[in-house]
Amino acid sequence: MDISIKQIEQVARLSRILLTDDEKDIFREQLTGILGYIEKLNELDTDNVQPMAYATSLQNVFREDKQESSFARQEILELSPSSAKGFFKVPKILE
Amino acid sequence: MKYEVVIGLETHAELDTESKLFCGCCTKFGSEPNTQTCPVCLGLPGVLPVMNKKAFEHSLKAALTLNCEISKFTNFDRKSYYYPDLPKNYQTSQNYFNIGNNGFVDIVVKGKEKRIDIHNVHLEEEAGKLVHPEASGANYSLVDFNRAGVPLLEIVTQPDMRNVEEVESYMQALRCILLYIGVSDCKMEEGSLRFEASISLREKGSETLGNRVEIKNLNSMKAVLKVITYEISRQSLLLNKGEDVLLETRLWDDVNSVSRRMRSKEESHDYRYFPEPDLVPFWIEQEWIDETRATIPELPVSRRRRFVDELFVSDYDAGILTEDKFLADYFEECVKISQNSPKELSNWIINDVLRELNERKTNVRDFVVSPEMLVELVNIKPTIGSSIAKEVFSEMMNTGKGAQSIVKEKDLAQMDDTSELNAIIIKVIEENPKAAEDYGQGKKNALAFLIGQTMKATKGKANPKILTELFKQRLSASSK
Repeated sequence: MDISIKQIEQVARLSRILLTDDEKDIFREQLTGILGYIEKLNELDTDNVQPMAYATSLQNVFREDKQESSFARQEILELSPSSAKGFFKVPKILE
Repeated sequence: MKYEVVIGLETHAELDTESKLFCGCCTKFGSEPNTQTCPVCLGLPGVLPVMNKKAFEHSLKAALTLNCEISKFTNFDRKSYYYPDLPKNYQTSQNYFNIGNNGFVDIVVKGKEKRIDIHNVHLEEEAGKLVHPEASGANYSLVDFNRAGVPLLEIVTQPDMRNVEEVESYMQALRCILLYIGVSDCKMEEGSLRFEASISLREKGSETLGNRVEIKNLNSMKAVLKVITYEISRQSLLLNKGEDVLLETRLWDDVNSVSRRMRSKEESHDYRYFPEPDLVPFWIEQEWIDETRATIPELPVSRRRRFVDELFVSDYDAGILTEDKFLADYFEECVKISQNSPKELSNWIINDVLRELNERKTNVRDFVVSPEMLVELVNIKPTIGSSIAKEVFSEMMNTGKGAQSIVKEKDLAQMDDTSELNAIIIKVIEENPKAAEDYGQGKKNALAFLIGQTMKATKGKANPKILTELFKQRLSASSK
């Protein structure tokens, strides 16, 4: 499985990271290797294996709709790089 | 117009729960920013979301009410995108196994029934709210995560609507249904109910769909109707000029009443849905479906039909009565305990009760006048007359007292004793000889004047029917 430079650029764009041309080449090579390795799984005969999306067999786990106390605002806001007037502050968003 | 309009709607309804979808944070609207958050709804590393049972049951109930097929197996997916109102950089939603698929809503447009197909109903979490500082030159935005993680139901129609009227009727029907089954308060002013429309045009008779424009940011039904009207003319102008309608997402600008491009299809998101590993999947057994189905009340459309067929209320009035489930309950309770005609009760409710509710900005559940009290008033109305009855009604609202005791206390019972009335009539004629003479000369409206004077003298208590008879007798006797 060969990953193209275009695919690398697409993944970089989705991940919001900027890559130099050299890096694109490095990642193209590495990702091709990783995916090629994973692709080995396709060689297995899985005809009698159920598809699995979850690691456990748990199902229908619920909590009751009960209100619990939230965290103190100050404590929460201190986790962020910037805040103002009780809000999180982020770079300007244009709608 | 030579084009056919094709419209589909996505509706987001915040579900009525005490706590958020995956954590115990309060869902109350309008609190101080970021006072209803915790590591789970802020998406901090290492937390474990756990499904709110009520939110899940509300979704199941809504999906069933909207006639959906219920997925025996349903699960949640991560929908990845970056936006500062989304703390986790993904929204927990459903993509592959929605809770409900292939449903429908029946609507009535201009007396004709039409079925709008529902593509799917699914459960997801709300995003936070962005606040943009008004000061020009401010180079930042503010985020409030109180709303992040509030349970949100998304209802997606097929592109089945063909004009503004159908869209309006669908939105009202859907709102009405959600309120009836009690899963959302549907307060549009608080953003509990929001819409996104997709609109395309095609040559009449054509089977292929035209390029579709999606419109976001529609916070009122009025805005939805405005944007559709706007898009129909914008798109037909383009098509008439032989130009293409671009496949794009647009935002509705309510202030200037125009839609603006937000992003083209090429720039559109790649959501990379995959199963949310932190939430276990859900199996919905038939028993659970049956139990939930049993909690669905009679819906507005059939209730309206029943009011018309069985209680002989006009279709228009039945429509008003059934728009609010609790008003319809109020009406039915009145009918149950009263000997009066449902029509008379419905008149009182539509004219008087609704007016007062609107004026007092309250709802029928909190209304002072209970069905029993209203029925008592309607029962004694023949003995006090309609204008006094209205007076008693407003006294009931102000004091919370019953009609009978108000009538007794204020001495409001109607005067229908003929000798008593005759004495007053003689006095009125003496004081208004001109009017009496005019009547004798055939001026009929002179009688109305005399009756009016008598009413004034008796503070509106005279029985108008008896009064008219007595006047006629006396005046015709004296003119002979």
